Amino acid sequence: MLSVLIFFPFVAALATLIAKENAKRVALGATVIEFALSVWMAMQFNPQGGTQFMVDYWWVPSLGISFKVGMDGISMLLVLLTTFLVPIIILSSFSILKSKISNLPLFYSLILFMQMALVGVFVALDGFLFYIFWELALIPIYLICLMWGGKDRIRITIKFFIYTLVGSLFMLVGLIYLYLQTPGTHTFDIQAFYNLHLSASEQGILFWAFFLAFAIKMPVFPFHTWQPDTYTDAPTPGTMLLSGIMLKMGIYGVIRWLLPVVPMGVNEWGTTAIVLSVIGVVYASCIALVQKDFKRLIAYSSIAHVGLISAGIFSLNLQGMQGGMIQMLSHGINVVGMFFIADIIMSRTNTRNLNELGGIRNVAPTFATYFVIILLASVALPLTNGFIGEFLLINGLYQYNAWMAAVAGLTIILGAVYMLVAYKKITLGEKNKLTETFTDLTSHEKIVMIPLVIMIFAIGIYPKPFLDIAEPSVQNLLNIIHGTILK
Amino acid sequence: MTTLIILSALGLVVLFSEIFGYKKIVLPFIFAGLVAALAASFIDWNIGKHYLNEMMIVDNYSIAFTVLMIAITIVWFIISPGFFRDQGSRVDHFALIIFALIGAQLLTSFGNMIMLFLAVEILSIPMYILAGSNKSNLASNEAALKYFLMGAFATGFLLFGIALIYGQTGSFNLQQISEALTTQQDGGGVMAVAGVLLIMVGLFFKVSAAPFHFWAPDVYTGAPTEITAFMSTVVKTAAFAGFFRLFATCFSASASIWVNTIMVVSALTIIVGNITAVYQTSFKRMLAYSSIAHAGYMLMAIISLNGYAQQSILFYAVAYSVSSIAAFGILLAVSHITKNDDVASFNGLAKKNPLLAFVTLLAMLSLAGIPPMAGFFAKYYIFTAALQQHYTWLVLIAVLGSLIGVFYYFRVIIALFKNENSAAEIPMTGIYKAALLFISLVALVFGIMPGLLAGLL
Repeated sequence: MLSVLIFFPFVAALATLIAKENAKRVALGATVIEFALSVWMAMQFNPQGGTQFMVDYWWVPSLGISFKVGMDGISMLLVLLTTFLVPIIILSSFSILKSKISNLPLFYSLILFMQMALVGVFVALDGFLFYIFWELALIPIYLICLMWGGKDRIRITIKFFIYTLVGSLFMLVGLIYLYLQTPGTHTFDIQAFYNLHLSASEQGILFWAFFLAFAIKMPVFPFHTWQPDTYTDAPTPGTMLLSGIMLKMGIYGVIRWLLPVVPMGVNEWGTTAIVLSVIGVVYASCIALVQKDFKRLIAYSSIAHVGLISAGIFSLNLQGMQGGMIQMLSHGINVVGMFFIADIIMSRTNTRNLNELGGIRNVAPTFATYFVIILLASVALPLTNGFIGEFLLINGLYQYNAWMAAVAGLTIILGAVYMLVAYKKITLGEKNKLTETFTDLTSHEKIVMIPLVIMIFAIGIYPKPFLDIAEPSVQNLLNIIHGTILK
Repeated sequence: MTTLIILSALGLVVLFSEIFGYKKIVLPFIFAGLVAALAASFIDWNIGKHYLNEMMIVDNYSIAFTVLMIAITIVWFIISPGFFRDQGSRVDHFALIIFALIGAQLLTSFGNMIMLFLAVEILSIPMYILAGSNKSNLASNEAALKYFLMGAFATGFLLFGIALIYGQTGSFNLQQISEALTTQQDGGGVMAVAGVLLIMVGLFFKVSAAPFHFWAPDVYTGAPTEITAFMSTVVKTAAFAGFFRLFATCFSASASIWVNTIMVVSALTIIVGNITAVYQTSFKRMLAYSSIAHAGYMLMAIISLNGYAQQSILFYAVAYSVSSIAAFGILLAVSHITKNDDVASFNGLAKKNPLLAFVTLLAMLSLAGIPPMAGFFAKYYIFTAALQQHYTWLVLIAVLGSLIGVFYYFRVIIALFKNENSAAEIPMTGIYKAALLFISLVALVFGIMPGLLAGLL
């Protein structure tokens, strides 16, 4: 079952390649089926049941590498996020890039290919398999950015690629090291990694090998420099994939492959990680304040949000972790909505410069309404999804250290400032030459917006089902971590 | 042994085709002969035989490498059919290639120092001639002369080394040398140590490891591209197979005296090869430096001296040869139209040549070591083998080296997808396309199912 979930997008990617004119319909249909499949699996999922839907085959027996996948609550939520967002991203690309994208079949097949890798990352239970999927996700997004990106794409994409590859290669060395420590004929099985009892100094070094990879992907300050350029320059569906789903790979990596594997390393360096994350929160928020380019502003706000998630997770308590889980969903939904808004503005006015815009509310009230909902969600207004996540995160962080929580809490204030300023500049005030002709949302665009808005309120008003899916798994993970530290 | 006989007979038949006037049908004949040799290689699989008083030892290791090299040669004959079409001496060159292949096969299966020396010479001499086979081109002549002089030096070192080892141990037989080295202290005495080091220097020249690599870029660039393709795949693989066979088996007893040297040379080769490759604008020259860098990675396998080492060097050789020959195949097709070897001549090719772009993409990803290509698994094996011996810093250098590698391999990919409409359509025959597609898919399949190769040795 789970193998189908992983490889169905791959088959669909091949089908898309040969579908020519119908490529986009094939891609959309396939991702909707994939989403239905994942929902169906979620219904059968028992949160208390530990890791489920296990598939375990030998892949390279002589090297202890197996194709071992399975889902617990944490994986389940992220798989749902992926399968929910990809059809929306594909749907959004129908309207916004009609003229800009040549060779559509290749474009959609790369997105589907990436979906396979993303689902694979979230369910892999074998270190090597995890690494393969991790890298596989990089190739399609690199090609998407390279082939359909903005003017400066060549320089930016190579920076992005090499930056992320640096991190992952160190992770590979770390994985091989762990592998060689496993007893008997070595194995990459995650359980074997959990059962290793390495010395504190070994764990300290391994912590950095892994943390570097994950921190670059998220990105955490000071490893973020690739991110604003790449987000700004990539075609919007690519940006959505990067920010909506791909950065969750980094956070997921921390939860699954860093905290329980090297708990003593985390014990030693966790504070450093939190400090870096919190610095990132404030730093990115401050930069976002002065951005004129709307897409770039969202990119920096994304760094701020991710910094908070990372800080909450490293605080190693239930609230922080659960907040991280919910906020990963929320951030994925909100940031995709935001980039969609940015792209609608861009495609109608040919500018993303906040100072050149204004008065859109007068000509496009529906657009302005959707905009304000997504915006309020991303500044964490109560009853929206952003609030639940940030509340739990700051709560978790507060238990760890009150001062950290206070500083990180600035993000809510700063976030509200830069987002509302941006909203004011874009939609309020006098309309000008550029915005006069701004047409309101088409029905097609509404179809993209509505599921996002529904999810914003669903999670915001009644987050319990989502929290319930993750809680036993998170608790289990925390027991592993704390158990090892105390020993 | 059957393989050797078939290849030798094939070489002679091809050589005589000029005299007896069956030049026209020689190409199908070559293919038939190579396929026969390939099939014959499998006869001794899992049996392991000695021939000619243990001059030749055929075991799974040598068979695997022989099969690889014959297969690459078959591909080579497909992608260079126009090889010196206008020149009268075309069949002579074909014969030389086959003789070089014989040397390559011997180099994987020697059981005796004399055979090692003969194999190196049989492999090298045809290559000296072939490097200069574009007679009207000054660079080609320079390449031949440089290659010959450097090669002669290297052979000299090799021979000195063999003589010293003989002086110490009284034998040319690898088995006996190994036993003699094990029983004696200090790595077998001064003469043996000097001998091992001299042989090592000779082989460093042959595999173009830094700082003995200076001949390689000029020779690779100057020689006709077809010959460069052969040199950087079959010749390189053979040289490494021989290097590994000699050091990891025969000299393993005195490992303590040469491991550190190879370690330093390996690190240096990775650094120099990769960094210099970044600055190349010519695709051909870039591949030359990249082949130096890959030599550095393969050296890591030699010093790993553990259960992983043998399969890791085989895997690396397969991944590297397959991706390289694909890269050269593309270069041959492209430079035939654009008349130059620059990376810039790939600009915007993806639009009109999707297949070519796909093959280039796979080849470059594999050379750069990105999963799921075979090149990634090859590096993975090598790194694992080295980490197991706790060569952590060497692995870190190698990791950094592969990062630099990504930079120049990706320049080619970037060039492919540039938005330029001026790019020409590259005409390729059906079989040429099929061959390129086939080998790049091989690189993909071995990346996805490495078990096919991994458990072989």
